[in-house]
Amino acid sequence: MNMQQKPQSAPSASLLGSVPRTAAGGEITVANLSKTYGAGEFAKPVVQNCSFTIERGKLTVMIGPSGCGKSTLIRLLAGFERPSGGTITIGGKPITGPGLDRLVVFQETALFPWMSTYDNIMFGPRARGEDTPETRAFAEALLQKVGLDGFRKKYPSQLSGGMQRRAELARSMINKPDVMILDEPFRGLDAMTKRLMQEYYANLYEEFRRTTFFVTTDIDEAIYLADRILIMSNIPTQVREVIDVDLPRPRHVEDITENDAANAIKMKALGLLHEEAMKSFARGSKAAADFIDAYARRMVKD
Amino acid sequence: MAAAGRAVSSKVASFILGDDFWRGVVSIAAFLVFWEIGSRSQAWFGFAFPWVSQVPAPTAVLQEMFKLVQEPSFWNSALLSTVRVFEGFFAAMAIGIPLGLAMAVSRTFYGITFPVFEVLRPIPPLAWVPASIIFWPTQELSIAFVTFLGAFFTIVINVIGGAQAIDVRYFQAARSMGSSTWDIFRRIILPGTLPSIVVGATVGVGITWAVVVAAEMISGGGSAGSMGGAAGGGLGFFIWNSYVGGSYTQIVAGMISIGIAGYISSAALRKIGQWMTPWLSEN
Repeated sequence: MNMQQKPQSAPSASLLGSVPRTAAGGEITVANLSKTYGAGEFAKPVVQNCSFTIERGKLTVMIGPSGCGKSTLIRLLAGFERPSGGTITIGGKPITGPGLDRLVVFQETALFPWMSTYDNIMFGPRARGEDTPETRAFAEALLQKVGLDGFRKKYPSQLSGGMQRRAELARSMINKPDVMILDEPFRGLDAMTKRLMQEYYANLYEEFRRTTFFVTTDIDEAIYLADRILIMSNIPTQVREVIDVDLPRPRHVEDITENDAANAIKMKALGLLHEEAMKSFARGSKAAADFIDAYARRMVKD
Repeated sequence: MAAAGRAVSSKVASFILGDDFWRGVVSIAAFLVFWEIGSRSQAWFGFAFPWVSQVPAPTAVLQEMFKLVQEPSFWNSALLSTVRVFEGFFAAMAIGIPLGLAMAVSRTFYGITFPVFEVLRPIPPLAWVPASIIFWPTQELSIAFVTFLGAFFTIVINVIGGAQAIDVRYFQAARSMGSSTWDIFRRIILPGTLPSIVVGATVGVGITWAVVVAAEMISGGGSAGSMGGAAGGGLGFFIWNSYVGGSYTQIVAGMISIGIAGYISSAALRKIGQWMTPWLSEN
């Protein structure tokens, strides 16, 4: 693991208030984590001896070859599944199940279809008996922030794909979790919408600076959003390398594509991902073949 | 309001001008013409069209229905059947929905109750008629019980299926946002199952109409029927009584009345269902 992080003080609490729920305010430490499915001869290790930290107030992006066990890691972090070995701690306390301190935004929309946008956003506060004027004001602010003010009474099926993703981000943010976990949140959106969503999301992050763990397979998305990128190895997954992204914020997509530092990071990351893809291809994974092909063409062109 | 009215009338207009509407008109008209010619074939052409010639002609049935709707006894029968249908139906909803939800939520409860449920479910409601006449003190209760069975199994099966089909991510999301078990039941399981409850109710009420008529025929129309003769006893008894009395136009008129009553019940439930599940229709 890399040790080259620059000392940086934790960002101050955001405008709309973020009272840390735990002493260390949501730093997640993963130590020697393992997860194996099946037993005996059929045991399939998906995560093996994996260690990393999700630093407080930073946006950590995890990127890895498809089928490398990223979703398994998410389920372990969320507490939906128990590890086979190793520990995960948040603010020094071990994770024993799903908790309010970590909220997961899923791959496809998990908005409740029978609730309006506003009711979906207010779900968490109401579940905890916190339907107060303050939370309602926060809900209003979030509706404005994600551009859904005019769609508060619409059901999820009446929203576009991008709006659904934004509603879901707002539904998580209102709970002021110590850590937000996003599992390929913009997957399946068309290119234009995806870019718009990345901008919305970067805005939200830059305003609230909540500790975030963001999983993606898109290297450009990773560089645009991340403070740190974790490059994952082929299955059973481990952290292959940690890359710090020291680009100034607020960032713009245009700047990233023309920035030398960003391009250097991209080349390095692609090289590492290619190596991992070669390994998984050697093991018979078909998923890796397309990536290797694309990488080869890119190298020829350059 | 005016704009809404215009929107509705333009909807009606485009429906009337559409191909589907005219195909429907042609289909029903051809059916009636065929029926009329078939049933009058003996008189008109001197040969009896097989099967159809036995059935009274639609014009004769229509005349009979005009006469019937002016008779209070017909409305009495219709009312009696309607009351029985909805007694059985509401009892089936009141017992079936909580039971289905409990079976979907609790593995233990499911394990204990489902085998019994599955053994009883394939028994046709009509096979219960003799037993329920013995079980229940009055004819009225026996008939209501059989109609109850008609809707009950359909509703329970739909509730179980609907609740079990709720996406697991909704539970995970609710749980991580701090929902208690009761909150998850009230705000996730209940609304998540509602569409299936509506389907179960709509199908169930149709079965209830099929069952009530047969139950009335077999049991002799209940207490009202045995005392008042043709004056009471429900639409099933009305048809049976017409058969015994040899009035074939009345038989067909009775059948059509049941068809209309069943259609109205299902349509009303579908409307109520749409109103209760607005997220399914608003797009």
